[in-house]
Amino acid sequence: MSIFHELAKKPWLINPAEVEGVPPPAAFFVPVGKVGLRVFLVVVTVVFTLMLIAYGDRMLFSTWRPMPEPWLLWLNTALLITSSLAMQWAKSSAKQGNSDGMRDGLLWGGVLTIAFLAGQLYVWQQLVDLGYYATSGTANAFFYLLTAIHGLHMMGGLVAWGRSVFKMWRGGAVADLRLSVELCTTYWHYLLLVWLVLFAMLLFS
Amino acid sequence: MVLAVALIVLTVGSVIFHFWSPWWWTPIASNWGSIDNALLITFWITGVVYVAVLFFTAYCLYKFRYRADRRADYEPENTKLELWLSGLTALGVVALLTPGLIAWNEFVTVPENAVEMEVLGKQWAWSYRLPGKDGKLGTTKTKLVTDDNPFGINPKDPNGKDDILIEGENLHLPLGQPVKMLLRSTDVLHDFYVPEFRAKMDLVPGMVTYFWITPTRTGTFDVLCAELCGVNHYGMRSNVTVDDKAAYQKWLGKQKTFAALYPKAAAGEQLAAVRKDSKSKQSVQ
Amino acid sequence: MSNGVFDDVQVIPPAEVDDVELYHAHSFITKYVFSQDAKIIAIQYSATAITIGLVGLVLSWLMRLQLGFPDTFSFISPDQYYQFVTMHGMIMVIYLLTALFLGGFGNYLIPLMVGARDMVFPYLNMLSYWIYLLAVLILTASFFVPGGASGAGWTLYPPQAILPGTPGVEWGIILMLVSLVLFIIGFTMGGLNYVVTVLQARTRGMTLMRLPLTVWGIFVATILALLAFPALFVGGVMMLLDRVIGTSFFMPEIIQAGELLGTDSGSPLLFQHLFWFFGHPEVYIVALPAFGIVSDVISTHARKNIFGYRMMVWAIVGIGGLSFIVWAHHMYVSGMNPYFGFFFATTTLIIAVPTALKVYNWVLTLWKGNIHMTIPMLFCVAFILTFLNGGLTGLFLGNVVVAVPLSDTMFVVAHFHMVMGVAPILVIFAAIYHWFPKMSGRMLHEGWGQFHFWVTFLGSYLIYFPMHYLGFVGVPRRYYEIGETSFVPPSAATLNEFITIMVLIVGFAQVVFIINILVSIFKGKESGPNPWNATTLEWQTETTPPSHGNFGDELPVVYRWAYAYSVPGVDADFVPQNMHPDDVKGSGSADDPSGHH
Ligand code: HEM
Ligand SMILES: [Cu+2]
Ligand SMILES: [Cu+2]
Repeated sequence: MSIFHELAKKPWLINPAEVEGVPPPAAFFVPVGKVGLRVFLVVVTVVFTLMLIAYGDRMLFSTWRPMPEPWLLWLNTALLITSSLAMQWAKSSAKQGNSDGMRDGLLWGGVLTIAFLAGQLYVWQQLVDLGYYATSGTANAFFYLLTAIHGLHMMGGLVAWGRSVFKMWRGGAVADLRLSVELCTTYWHYLLLVWLVLFAMLLFS
Repeated sequence: MVLAVALIVLTVGSVIFHFWSPWWWTPIASNWGSIDNALLITFWITGVVYVAVLFFTAYCLYKFRYRADRRADYEPENTKLELWLSGLTALGVVALLTPGLIAWNEFVTVPENAVEMEVLGKQWAWSYRLPGKDGKLGTTKTKLVTDDNPFGINPKDPNGKDDILIEGENLHLPLGQPVKMLLRSTDVLHDFYVPEFRAKMDLVPGMVTYFWITPTRTGTFDVLCAELCGVNHYGMRSNVTVDDKAAYQKWLGKQKTFAALYPKAAAGEQLAAVRKDSKSKQSVQ
Repeated sequence: MSNGVFDDVQVIPPAEVDDVELYHAHSFITKYVFSQDAKIIAIQYSATAITIGLVGLVLSWLMRLQLGFPDTFSFISPDQYYQFVTMHGMIMVIYLLTALFLGGFGNYLIPLMVGARDMVFPYLNMLSYWIYLLAVLILTASFFVPGGASGAGWTLYPPQAILPGTPGVEWGIILMLVSLVLFIIGFTMGGLNYVVTVLQARTRGMTLMRLPLTVWGIFVATILALLAFPALFVGGVMMLLDRVIGTSFFMPEIIQAGELLGTDSGSPLLFQHLFWFFGHPEVYIVALPAFGIVSDVISTHARKNIFGYRMMVWAIVGIGGLSFIVWAHHMYVSGMNPYFGFFFATTTLIIAVPTALKVYNWVLTLWKGNIHMTIPMLFCVAFILTFLNGGLTGLFLGNVVVAVPLSDTMFVVAHFHMVMGVAPILVIFAAIYHWFPKMSGRMLHEGWGQFHFWVTFLGSYLIYFPMHYLGFVGVPRRYYEIGETSFVPPSAATLNEFITIMVLIVGFAQVVFIINILVSIFKGKESGPNPWNATTLEWQTETTPPSHGNFGDELPVVYRWAYAYSVPGVDADFVPQNMHPDDVKGSGSADDPSGHH
């Protein structure tokens, strides 16, 4: 039933007999955690979209001087892709009730993410050594801003990840962990997507 | 009941205040009568709506005040009425927007014969630059601004040498001559505002903004800053005098050019401004 | 929507969560301080917002003293004046109104009105409040750091906001931006709760179109906030970087004190676009909850269904959507491409249609009602007047060419105070008088309420109506003093004195209001569970104030919409949403459409 149909209903006419025995009218038939995460991802999307629009706006400006893209960024991208794959592995293992697979996937996912973050920091270091300071041009500033905000979101993800790992450590059952693993996986895929878009934008400029 | 009376009193009082209060716009001194007209149309339309809705509300409050022996009506909606009301409102909006957008079209279309003049704002003073004999303003760069070249005029541009600079004094404008005011700031936002001209526009560092007017009345008017620009924003004043053609020419004759005022800078011997952060010296491609 | 199969994961519809699973507080600290109960969080939010709001109010008195009696109060320097303007504006818009409507009323009313036991993420909800409190404390701290609070204006336009020449450039602006960023993070945590609770945790029978308009208003406002605050977040972070590490997102080449700052690709206008992409929806973030609350309060006290419920819902959604494509009407004289003016003037005036419709429908709800002139009702009617007034002057400022002479004058100050200062505050008062009995079990004192209402309403009108005319005269806003001019008549000074005196009188009335609250909490007349004979679920709770978990053992089941007042054929003049059709006494049925569209 579409939202328009719902909004066109005349509420003073609805038959009260419909009510008994009918489940509560939740808008989505998924756990609240998933709905919450989706809403949150919409908010994050707005943050990144606005930054990219600002970036694009400045890029069209005549005085734009682009930055080089260190080859290391390719490696970092590969790391992030594998971490996403590992999370996916954890998720499908959890679905099958395979606790070993879930554990391995989760751990690898986290380790690869930490490697990605370290790699990003190393890229910063390289660029600073080459004299590309955030202060010396808007292109540079945007590069640092975009990577920093993305990195911070990854770190936020690692906090949630840490909680799942902690629960697993304490011997949490697969069934209890399944939802958190699924949520982490969605978040990882999402941030991978964001990174690919950012990276494409950086290459493009 | 009391509230119904209060609504009527406030509504009637507001109308009386509108017509009898001593506070109204200053007599106009530019061609922007169309702005005043659009404003008056807005006043009439919104005024009628205001009075009508409030009178109706007051009537309801009085007529349908609580009585133990009465019961309210039950009417979930009335699509026909709501459509009518939307339609009428839409009509009112069109009536407002049409004269508004027509006037705006005029506002954004600078006439061919407009002469260019420049307003330069910096914390917290106004200065002005007029084209010299060649009728052209020289190019400028914020980078070039120094005590010796307050406008940052490019010394390599021959058009700039004869530009007339007015610092710390009134700007004069010729009566009946369309002027395009080019607005430039070397530090923060400002806004060139002469109430009698109606038009105003921000000065934005890093870009040149503009508006145009034709002065229609001689006299001297206040120039104020209408965009917060720091602690002395309210004190950033100047004056503009509209002269008839003869008086204007006489005034213009007495003004000094860039080359005359700042011979060294005009000759290109200028010291660049100090660059604060030395890191930026590195060149990027 | 009411039927569906939940997917395979351990899904329990949140509304059906057993009482056992509900979070339970075990100590005083977890019950009243680090509480996860939305009702307690609501009170924490409200108390904090009102406290900081009182600071904003005192700042407005100081500003008005300066404007009414320039030269008399030598202790107010220009530096301070600009700091007061800035802090006052920011406090009122963000830390008072946004926090109070969403964090305060949202937390209290959403779970109760949709028939949920609590918000869906109580822990996040608690964090939300504490981060908000931290943001408020940081903002307040900026008064006391070297250089004082920022004086950049609440719009924080760069480059001025981060350059010497503006007060607070040392620390004030940094704290302001940090505080805003925290506020946004905290708000997002709360906002997720409000949205997901409305979407997922409604009780049986509470379909979307049976939601009271209060919930609709808060729900859509929260969505707007979730989508709009990111713009302020991005702008704030970028400006923070400009100020702290010296990037130049918003800093073009600038010469200040002989030094060249910034780079040739920084753009001040970029910030303005980001700011107003947030700033315009922000107006509706404050207005939509007010719209919703007014609708419910008017309907209850006029004993009549809200007129045109569906139109009201559509208007809330439509206004919310449109509010994202009008932002540049704040930038008509900013130097942006003037051709944008055509587009933004058109979209802005289009919003007038659904907005006007809402006003008509409130008035039409009064038509053929049976109107109780209670204090909440008085405030609602006052809201209609001030909102109508502010909405109509909005047409001046939206219609691009008319806005040119008026922008940045006192006309703007008068306009936005009327529409988003006075009008929402009147609704807050209406809401407090209306729901106080539910929150405390006692009524607020009627006589003091009358006094509070009349002074506040008439006083505010007398402050802001004449102020528009100072704008026509041409007095700019954000002026420490207007001084000598050729165009401001001396009589304007008298008007300014009058306004200042009215401000002090209105301020005094608020003290009476606060005393009324404090006294009534302990000494007020007992209200019983449903003193206004209202239909919505919060009035049907087993205990008053509602206990933890809101509804006793069983969640209420909803059989009808929220506006079953004076239904023909029913004895009582209201039928609660959860009253079983068999229990409705009278010759007809509360839900029988016979004779009605
Ligand atoms: C009776 C209570 C209030 C009084 C007396 C008052 C007074 C003032 C004054 C005198 C100014 C400065 C005008 C200027 O110099 O340009 C101002 C600015 C402002 N006020 Fe209020 N105000 C009140 C309530 C509110 C409320 C409830 C809001 C909430 C929306 C609000 C929002 C603002 C904003 C946003 C500004 C602009 C700040 C700026 O220019 O940066 N005020 N107010
Ligand atoms: Cu200024
Ligand atoms: Cu707006």
